[in-house]
Amino acid sequence: MELLVSIIIGVLTACGVYLSLRGRTFPVVLGLTFLSYAVNLFLLVMGRLTIGNPPIINDNAANYADPLPQALVLTAIVISFGMTAFVIILSLKAFLEMGNDQVDGKHRP
Amino acid sequence: MINHIVIFPVILPLLAGILLLLMPQRHLLFRRAASLAAIALQLAAAGLLLNAVNSGAIFVYALGNWSPPFGIVLVADRLAAWMLVVTALVATCALLYAVRGTDKDGAHFHALFHLQLLGLNGAFLTGDLFNLFVFFEILLLASYSLLLHGGGRLKTKAGLHFVVINLVGSTLFLFAVGTLYGLLGTLNMADLAVKVAGAQTEDVALIQIAGLLLFAVFALKAALLPLYLWLPAAYAHTTAAVAALFAIMTKVGAYCILRVYTLIFGTQAGPVSNLIEAWLLPLALMTLIIGVFGTLASTRLRQQVAYLVIASIGTLLTAFGMNNEAGIAAGLFYLPHSTFAGAALFLLADCIANRRDVMEDQFEPGPIIQQQRILGTLFFILAALIAGLPPLSGFIGKFLILQAALPHAALPWIMGVVLITGLFTLIALARGGSMMFYRAQAPHICHIHPDANLQRSGISVTTELAPVVYLLAFCIGLLIWAGAITEYTTVTASQLLQPELYIQSVLNLEVKQ
Repeated sequence: MELLVSIIIGVLTACGVYLSLRGRTFPVVLGLTFLSYAVNLFLLVMGRLTIGNPPIINDNAANYADPLPQALVLTAIVISFGMTAFVIILSLKAFLEMGNDQVDGKHRP
Repeated sequence: MINHIVIFPVILPLLAGILLLLMPQRHLLFRRAASLAAIALQLAAAGLLLNAVNSGAIFVYALGNWSPPFGIVLVADRLAAWMLVVTALVATCALLYAVRGTDKDGAHFHALFHLQLLGLNGAFLTGDLFNLFVFFEILLLASYSLLLHGGGRLKTKAGLHFVVINLVGSTLFLFAVGTLYGLLGTLNMADLAVKVAGAQTEDVALIQIAGLLLFAVFALKAALLPLYLWLPAAYAHTTAAVAALFAIMTKVGAYCILRVYTLIFGTQAGPVSNLIEAWLLPLALMTLIIGVFGTLASTRLRQQVAYLVIASIGTLLTAFGMNNEAGIAAGLFYLPHSTFAGAALFLLADCIANRRDVMEDQFEPGPIIQQQRILGTLFFILAALIAGLPPLSGFIGKFLILQAALPHAALPWIMGVVLITGLFTLIALARGGSMMFYRAQAPHICHIHPDANLQRSGISVTTELAPVVYLLAFCIGLLIWAGAITEYTTVTASQLLQPELYIQSVLNLEVKQ
């Protein structure tokens, strides 16, 4: 399972880096979203992958899942959500004000 | 003993920001008064905190009464209090400039201004790496909106670049934080310092990667050499008051570099000690050179000031990069000077641009500037200040940095670069100043209607220039009390180079049940 998760994170990051280097704002926004997905997944698995273990104290439990990465990733998701919303509105504003969706505002035929 | 003053620099702007959001939009005077009152309180809180930490005590504030390393802690030591005071002083002047009218250009200026201060103050006080990320995001989100305040095509374009590069920076920050947590199981900075020192051999490479990723993030915030390209456009196109406040924002990156790489990856960090020593000094010197090239090539005054901010970051990190007590102390003296001088020049550039009609702040012969004597004098003094000419505070700052460099192995490089760039700064500023003030022409020559400036004559020059004069006065204060201030920065530097003091105060905190 570790291999699968790390491949997923790697693919998401690669897609994110590629898309955020594109010249138009829409792929850039998508790329940033992919990057934030990748990092959220990365943070989550930093507590190590375990199955069926409770994160809070329980008399019957032998092992525990680390609850802190779950709290961290919740914060990170909320922040990246807000940032994505902001960057979408900003790129729409840039599109309307500059008349094209190039990141540097210069139209190339 | 719990010292509750530690929480005030975080709580006050948060409450002020929320209250200002709730106030009705039409009551502009109320909002201005509330905003100014909040900043005055914050200034007082920062002053009290500075007074409290001056004894050498490190105050640890356990939020929610969780004993460290489990909960989040705020830590106020000499460095944090020093940064808080500088922030509060710059913010006061920026706000005094904004309440003259630019705060009307868009909604919620005051609320955003205080939320930005919340992020700044929180970043200086926090003792937890993930919490530092959260405060970074708060200050960035507020700064995105402030940058776009007032609207306009150029602001949008610069803003888009600024937002995208900072979002990538935040992602890198999270990767670094995640790696450190996965390896060491803690995010409390004091606890991290202990765990890093005792790290196992197979983890060392990954810890180094995480540490250098963090350095990349902080270098991005500080606008260090390869990562500075977002700064000139963003700072040059935003509103003057916002640009003045942003003069402290690059210093957050410098602060984080100083904090993290003396505390966690400092000399006592065992296998990863002095992690960035090989990188920081060369990069800082190159940043200084590039910044000064930028000032020489600038076509507008605000662009030039933005490059001066980059050059000042170069100088500052050169001082920190020497990694000795005298160097850090000199840097901490230079930091408020460069912040005040940069902010004052942004405000003055706006005053000049307002009086030159369509020419704005371009370096081309334009109309004669109204009140040119007083503006010209201020420009001259500020230029001498920022170029580091005696007898002003810039000279003392640079002198201390060069003095600290004397025992350092890279002395010829530091000496050469700092002195030559000082000369070029002077040339660049002299060129700009003479273009705007000496080569000004009567209105009919440059096809500007003679009455074009009349609508501006109603502006009270006193209230407009007061914030610039205050910032200048702070710099002169730095000069007059240079002895006491260097004493303070020296003990601050020695406190930073003994991270065990910080670690002990955090980890030995007794939480009352």
